[in-house]
Amino acid sequence: MRTIYFDNNATTKVAEQVLEEMRPLFCELYGNPSSMHTFGGQMGRRIRQAREQVADLLGCEPSEIIFTSGGTESDNTAIKGTLAAMPHRRKIITTRVEHPAVLTVCREFENQGYTVVELAVDKQGRLDLAQLAEQIDDDTALVTIMYANNETGVIFPIDKIAELVTDRGVIFHTDAVQVVGKIPLNLSKSNIDLLSLSGHKLHGPKGVGVLYVRKGTRLSPFMLGGHQEAGRRAGTENVPGIVGLGKACELAAKNIEQENSKVKNLRDKLERALLEKCPDSRLNGDKENRLPNTTNISFEYIEGEAILLMLDKYGICASSGSACTSGSLEPSHVLRAMGVPFTAAHGSIRFSLSRYNTEEQVDYTIEKTPQIVNQLRKLSPFVAK
Amino acid sequence: MWEYTDKLKDHFFNPRNVGEIEDPDGIGEVGSLACGDALKLMFKLDENGKIKDAKFKTFGCASAIATSSVLTEMIKDLTLDEAAKITNKDIADYLGGLPEQKMHCSVMGREALEAAIENYQSGGKKKRELEGNVICTCFGVTDKEIERVIRENNLTTVEEVTNYCKAGGGCGGCQAEIEKMIEKIQPDEIKQAPVTVARRAGKLTNIQKIQLIQQTVNEQIRPALRAHGGNIELIDVEGNKVVVAFRGMCAQCRLAELTMKDVVEAKLREFVSEELFVEEDKESAQQPHNHRE
Repeated sequence: MRTIYFDNNATTKVAEQVLEEMRPLFCELYGNPSSMHTFGGQMGRRIRQAREQVADLLGCEPSEIIFTSGGTESDNTAIKGTLAAMPHRRKIITTRVEHPAVLTVCREFENQGYTVVELAVDKQGRLDLAQLAEQIDDDTALVTIMYANNETGVIFPIDKIAELVTDRGVIFHTDAVQVVGKIPLNLSKSNIDLLSLSGHKLHGPKGVGVLYVRKGTRLSPFMLGGHQEAGRRAGTENVPGIVGLGKACELAAKNIEQENSKVKNLRDKLERALLEKCPDSRLNGDKENRLPNTTNISFEYIEGEAILLMLDKYGICASSGSACTSGSLEPSHVLRAMGVPFTAAHGSIRFSLSRYNTEEQVDYTIEKTPQIVNQLRKLSPFVAK
Repeated sequence: MWEYTDKLKDHFFNPRNVGEIEDPDGIGEVGSLACGDALKLMFKLDENGKIKDAKFKTFGCASAIATSSVLTEMIKDLTLDEAAKITNKDIADYLGGLPEQKMHCSVMGREALEAAIENYQSGGKKKRELEGNVICTCFGVTDKEIERVIRENNLTTVEEVTNYCKAGGGCGGCQAEIEKMIEKIQPDEIKQAPVTVARRAGKLTNIQKIQLIQQTVNEQIRPALRAHGGNIELIDVEGNKVVVAFRGMCAQCRLAELTMKDVVEAKLREFVSEELFVEEDKESAQQPHNHRE
């Protein structure tokens, strides 16, 4: 059976060119960059090149890039490293819709006596910047707010937020794993201090990520050990992963236009058709400020897991904010924070596209999804005949 | 991805007996949109009092739909006395098993069947009424229902009870009460269950005591409060006096009916020392400290 992959916010296909770059680094060029011999030492040049490729995509200096094991490690390093570097400040500001890699870390600090403020969002998933400004005080060590939401694709005005936060002398971190490669960034023109990204969200390999650290930002290292990454992240470099991520960034820089036109057009077509062909469906999130690849639609009176399994039968991969898919009994914390009624949250489906999707795949999904929705509604006691 | 049996998948993709019966002898409706699953079950009897036809409509995940479908197959040709003997375990077994977290679907099936039989016996008048006292306000589960799933499925932990009837899976405020019920109903089983929290033994230094108090607040008390949108802060420890402050409590929560102070005190005495007593720091509670609603 063919696979139609509309779950690119979960993970993405590794680009063929990325794999080609990585291939010789396992059995042929497997040396350790820290070694004295040429065989190992030559790998340092490959890492340097990857660092430049990442820096080019982000619009920053190569020296501001730290390679990590992924988005979660980058988030942990940013939060824990910042707080450790300024132990006298005891307050963290974040949002209610963050990824668990941020939210769980912040709540752990709350257990250690920190004050944690989780900013609310409105029905479209937007933040109130006045509320943020009000919360920043002399005790605030860090503000950490995601660039774009993984479930709804809603983009926060991060440059504005970064300016507001850093003007008050507070460190600003953003989890940008859903953004890098999807919308253009220029960190040299922004006030962001720390930014996390993950390789496997932009057609790179899993197990590698980056923490961008603005020059001059104080950060205690999270992983201790050897001197790698200028002493900021110990551990033998994941050379194939780093090289793969570098290549993925280079490709992303080239494809970003396509991402914003072709992918967006496909997403818009899918979204428009589904909302039109399925009565009692609604879009979740801010339609204006959104990632070009993501749509989150609630189908009322039916349940998300059942929809996913039916889609799966046709090879269509998507995800849901329904309670039943996670094993918990409550639906997505993001949709709940937005005040999406339970009835709609249970039936929410996220389609997230990539440059590898085709119009034909979108058309097939537009044909099958309304059938599935109708079929499940025939079973539902809440739909009149 | 859930591990579903082939039989379950078959009943999900090809559900049997979907729809409604005109002029049914019994109707049972359980669950709600807010809860995430709901089932409407109907049956018609033949002249010998056996179930001639059964139909259903279900809102819910794959296992909820499959459970409803097999239930209609299972009860056909049974007398009502026979049908009334079906347990949630029978339904799950018929499907070749359900994932633990989905056991509540089988319980929903059994509840709908019971409700339909009651509806018939009352001459079509009786709708399902909640029996007993509501323990879990999030999902509207009563003590009677919880007791029944504990007994029928030999459950020994709160987590299992949540898997079987959802109670305790929302805000978590009733978990302590469910735990008490398990202890009462299954005193022998519970003794064999592993003790997850090691109780302190021996005398504590002041530093150890304060650390253990903080740990107990973090691990035993805060999660339940946070689930209600509330929070607790440890302000100070002076001898055996523990000063705490409560933040943004949710007024509807079950725990709020008891005095918060007593709950905290009970936990601290259980995990730290019998001699501790709690005082609430009202002054700092006035300050809007944390903006979590």
